[in-house]
Amino acid sequence: MHDSPMKKRIKKAKTVDSLMTKIFYIFGSFFLFFLLILAAYIIGKGVIDFYPELLTFTSKGIGNQFFNTIYLVFLSLVISVPLGVAAGIYMAEYSKDGKFLTFLRICIESLSSLPSIVVGLFGYLVFILMTGAKWNLMAGALAVSILSLPLITTTTEDAIRSLPKGFKEGSMALGASQWRTISKVLLPACLPRIATGIILAAGRGFGEAAALLYTAGQSTIINWSNWDITSPTCPLNPFRPGETLSLHIWGMRTEGSLNPNASAIANFSAAVLVIMVLAFSLLARVITRRISKKSGGLI
Amino acid sequence: MSTHKTGTLPSAKQSAFQKFKNEYFWRYLIITCGLFIILLTLGIGFFLVVKGSGTFTEFHHSVWEFLFSSDWSPMDSTTESGGGVGAAIYIFGSISTCTLALLFVAPFSITSAILMTEIAPNSGTKIFQPAIEIFVGIPSVVYGWIGLTVLVPFIKHLFHPKMGGYSVLAASIVLAVMIFPTITTVAADAIRSVSSDYRKAAYGMGSTRWQVIYKVIIPAATPGILTGVILGLARAFGEALAVAMVIGKTRAFPANILSPTNNLTAAIASDMGNSATGGEQNMALWTMALLLFIISIFFIFLIHIISGKEKKKHA
Repeated sequence: MHDSPMKKRIKKAKTVDSLMTKIFYIFGSFFLFFLLILAAYIIGKGVIDFYPELLTFTSKGIGNQFFNTIYLVFLSLVISVPLGVAAGIYMAEYSKDGKFLTFLRICIESLSSLPSIVVGLFGYLVFILMTGAKWNLMAGALAVSILSLPLITTTTEDAIRSLPKGFKEGSMALGASQWRTISKVLLPACLPRIATGIILAAGRGFGEAAALLYTAGQSTIINWSNWDITSPTCPLNPFRPGETLSLHIWGMRTEGSLNPNASAIANFSAAVLVIMVLAFSLLARVITRRISKKSGGLI
Repeated sequence: MSTHKTGTLPSAKQSAFQKFKNEYFWRYLIITCGLFIILLTLGIGFFLVVKGSGTFTEFHHSVWEFLFSSDWSPMDSTTESGGGVGAAIYIFGSISTCTLALLFVAPFSITSAILMTEIAPNSGTKIFQPAIEIFVGIPSVVYGWIGLTVLVPFIKHLFHPKMGGYSVLAASIVLAVMIFPTITTVAADAIRSVSSDYRKAAYGMGSTRWQVIYKVIIPAATPGILTGVILGLARAFGEALAVAMVIGKTRAFPANILSPTNNLTAAIASDMGNSATGGEQNMALWTMALLLFIISIFFIFLIHIISGKEKKKHA
């Protein structure tokens, strides 16, 4: 029995289809497995190279750098969260559709695609050279907040815009003013979503390095018994130089010979950074899941 | 105060000051924050243009020399000048590593995007999406460190190049891993947003899944996939420290993909701190930063052209 040409074509199409499906599975899964192995390698290497002194606040440990990272991200959020949320409210509630809003959107897009080293140089010029200051945490925090501003702004705008219309209409119908509607109804309703955006921004802040190279500096001299906030060795003084974890890894590469434990320190720092990023992504996920459960898929 | 008369509306009860405090103050504050973002963007652009144009206005080099000459010997002092500021090696280094990275990663990204949306949508949302989101967040310095400690020795061991494992190849692989999540997420979004009518119509005609993907989904999602590719390229162009760790920082055109070279971002990151402010070298580095800024604006512009064309088609 000979197959008709039509049957042959169908058979061929089916063979190609199953072949391509296999190829898709191989190619698509390859990178995923590769990335998973990579993450496991980074964390595993950090665990293997661990020695107790790594947790100390000395040159052998990464305690100071860890503290600097948290403190710098905290400072940057203090600046970028109010600004970003306000700008997001502006875009969702106050602005009118038109050329101006389009221009603002292009500005935000440009900001978010700026290379971090360029932002770092801008920070170096404006916060260090123009103020005549030395490297300091505040300059680094300002540079990082420029980088996280677009993310927080767009999350806030999207969150407000995706609320059901009834929220706003109901509040307005009860006689609430625009600002009262925003502050008492809209913002509380989309708080979890905005929080997710802020957590993601913080997660990115932890890993930022290029923007801090010429702003926060690559040295840390802190005295943990000094709590006079104006003193340059006080841990909480925002105007002291402070090296973050990611810059520490970079430093271990270039000045590795100075520190005999350089590779162990860098491996452990990398593992800590990756675990922090994982924890923050998971946290953001948990919050998102809670929202969709609570609202029953409404929001 | 006579505001407690009966019969007046609550809003009329408020004094002018209270009204200002409760309504207009916040309104203007919010508008100011919106304006601030525009000012910030323009400010960054302005400062970069002012600083970056110094090479051409103050030290009288031509744009042609900066872009196409490979003679990089700027004077590092505020009084002397007259060295060469040709950044062609750095520019070529950036372009070659990013292009190679894109060639490596594009097939994987696009197949992954199709796999997680069309072929295995369930495990796509449950496994692929969260995994990729996490990898977006892994710091680039960590990728660079792994490149330095694993990839560079590996390349050295495998190919025995003369200059060690620091190479264009190592830099491109590190960049490829870094931009994989960016391209995949945007491409997957683009494929998901293709109208399901297209799929139903194609399946209704008896197409196999591969035929639907190849003839219908990919053509319809091309603008979105291109947007993802451009965003990935923009990220690769701007990456500094991860590349600086593995590229070898040799001031020469690479002879092949196994030889070391240098790129724009790595040069800025390593030399800016050591150069005298206002000197010829310092200015030339600022010009390179300006070039990076222009490139990233150009990419945004390109994305707008692509999405603009798409809107016109559907209108």
